[in-house]
Amino acid sequence: MLQIKNLHAKVAGKEILKGLNLELEAGEIHAIMGPNGAGKSTLGNVLAGREGYEVTAGEVIFNGKNLLDLEPEERACEGVFLAFQYPVEIPGVNNTYFLRAALNAQRKYRGEAELDSVDFLRLVREKLKILDIGDKLLHRAVNEGFSGGEKKRNEIFQMAVLEPKLAVLDETDSGLDIDALKTVATGVNRLRSPDRGMIVVTHYQRLLDYIVPDKVHVLADGKLVATGGADLALKLEEQGYAWLEDGGIQSLELGAGDQQ
Amino acid sequence: MSRESTIDGLVEQKYRHGFVTDIESDTMPPGLSEEVIRAISIRKNEPEWLLEWRLKAYATWLKMEQPNWAHLNIEEIDFQKISYFSSPKSDKDRPQSLDEVDPKLLETYDKLGVPLHERARLAGVAVDAVFDSVSVGTTFKAELRKAGVIFCSFSEAVAEHPELVKKYLGSVVPQRDNFFAALNSAVFTDGSFVFIPRGVRCPMELSTYFRINAAETGQFERTLIVAEEGSHVSYLEGCTAPMRDENQLHAAVVELIALEDANIKYSTVQNWYPGDENGKGGIYNFVTKRGDCRGDRSRISWTQVETGSAITWKYPSCVLRGDDSVGEFYSVALTSNYQQADTGTKMVHLGRNTRSKIISKGISAMQGQNAYRGLVKVSPKADNARNYTQCDSMLIGKKCGAHTFPYIEVRNPTAKVEHEATTSRIGEDQLFYCLQRGISEEDAVSMIVDGFCKQVFKELPMEFAVEAKALLEVSLEGAVG
Repeated sequence: MLQIKNLHAKVAGKEILKGLNLELEAGEIHAIMGPNGAGKSTLGNVLAGREGYEVTAGEVIFNGKNLLDLEPEERACEGVFLAFQYPVEIPGVNNTYFLRAALNAQRKYRGEAELDSVDFLRLVREKLKILDIGDKLLHRAVNEGFSGGEKKRNEIFQMAVLEPKLAVLDETDSGLDIDALKTVATGVNRLRSPDRGMIVVTHYQRLLDYIVPDKVHVLADGKLVATGGADLALKLEEQGYAWLEDGGIQSLELGAGDQQ
Repeated sequence: MSRESTIDGLVEQKYRHGFVTDIESDTMPPGLSEEVIRAISIRKNEPEWLLEWRLKAYATWLKMEQPNWAHLNIEEIDFQKISYFSSPKSDKDRPQSLDEVDPKLLETYDKLGVPLHERARLAGVAVDAVFDSVSVGTTFKAELRKAGVIFCSFSEAVAEHPELVKKYLGSVVPQRDNFFAALNSAVFTDGSFVFIPRGVRCPMELSTYFRINAAETGQFERTLIVAEEGSHVSYLEGCTAPMRDENQLHAAVVELIALEDANIKYSTVQNWYPGDENGKGGIYNFVTKRGDCRGDRSRISWTQVETGSAITWKYPSCVLRGDDSVGEFYSVALTSNYQQADTGTKMVHLGRNTRSKIISKGISAMQGQNAYRGLVKVSPKADNARNYTQCDSMLIGKKCGAHTFPYIEVRNPTAKVEHEATTSRIGEDQLFYCLQRGISEEDAVSMIVDGFCKQVFKELPMEFAVEAKALLEVSLEGAVG
């Protein structure tokens, strides 16, 4: 469903992604791990089309379309969802109203009928139940005064309602305590689906205890430098990212990742 | 196109003004003198006492200087170049039907949701057969009369209720109050008068009536509202529809008087011509608005949504004289292009247990400059006075400015005064968040701005809250089409 080929991108004139390649099939979850500054968040922002992230080379094909040709809102309507590392507060705008506006904008784009408030509420209740979260956040303004955990849960809730084809979770675990982390991870797992691909971007392995990925990629200096199964994450956790620079990559590529 | 310039494109207000009529023949030549004031008084057929009142104001004005303390850039005004009287337009000089009106203007009405039957009048179409305002107005008038409410033009009030006018005129805003109030007192031409007798709850929002009847506002307007003991009134001035006026300077005076247990709610939605995108030619709106909570337990509430004018300079204020009286001020001021606004309120606590609340929302876009200036004053006798002030500014783009000047003078140790202020930028991050969920940029901007203004909009009469929201959308989304 997603093919990223030789992706190069600049932020503020500085090259951050330097030839990234990735293929993701529907139904898969890929984790992208890497040290700070490796370009993890840049990838999510480039895929979502954020202003200021300039693609200098490469292509991204999403369900047969060239994603980079589309405006950010068109990408969202095509089914690309970014769960923000720092969800944004929009004071005075009711969370439910916001989400309905978003869903209806997407439905309209796809030529589907817009949902009226009754149908929308029915959908929302259903999703809340699946995620096992209360309806308190429906009545509040978008992320306003939310705790870190509430913000992340709200992201997952939005994802549940919008039902994207591709979800990029940008450091969804950052700033969460273990309980909040479990709640969020449970939500993500319940939204796993054969039609949906997910990219989970994280610095720490612990999120992957709860969301078990099909593949783990290591991003360093703007490229994927290693790819493996879920055990690669454990290796990184154990050895630290420094291990990559100290020749760990080579050892991985030689198939002898466990040598000390 | 970068995101920055896209935002600029969105906020660039395309002001859809109507038409500019030729100057009427019955207009006084420019200039201000005692003779001019006498001539105004004669044309308006005024009693001697009012002429004397005007002349006294003129003498006071001559000794005053134009103030320059506001955070505003004002080109010098030559008061001898202004014409101080022009008679209302005659029907033959107006467009004869909506077909003659600039289609852009009609389009704006459409976006603002202005009811069809009001469009002709707003566009200045001669109202003969096109639009039946008379019967609607008459119905309202009969209903108001039954309740004992007086609502008429200021001139009518001078003629028919001189004792009331004489008693209250200038009792809240004295002639010498400030430069522009003195000027207004000398040369005001018309305005509105409202009187709600004791114990009467005005049977309708005076807004509705006002929109039907009083479209042509003068350059120097005078409004006087008196609410007797225990009465209630809600009044709305202005209109969301764009107003073009050949008069550059507008210096109105509004006086509100609330006696014991009376309640006055005064809402303003103003959309004067702000000038072109280079800031040329817009209206200067220098208004003195003040409410006097004269009686115990009285309440005056100001709500304003200001999107127009090149320069707005006004501070709707409350004098909380009666014990347990309450003053409120809710404001949204939007400045875009080269618009400037220095606006806010004054809450003067004189009585005991008086309370005031100030919610101010300033939005600046393009090169707009928005200043909040507020005074909270607690006098030595005002035991247990309370004030809460919240002053929020939103910046759209990088070239605009927001400024806050709170003044707090407390001379009673039992007072409790709170001030909160925030400044936020409608930023790339909020916009991107909305876009990433599939919401278009235009919808995102209006959603964010609407959320920001929510506390104020909910104070407006329902129908106007809807219009005010539409107005901000139009003002911020000139590109919609």
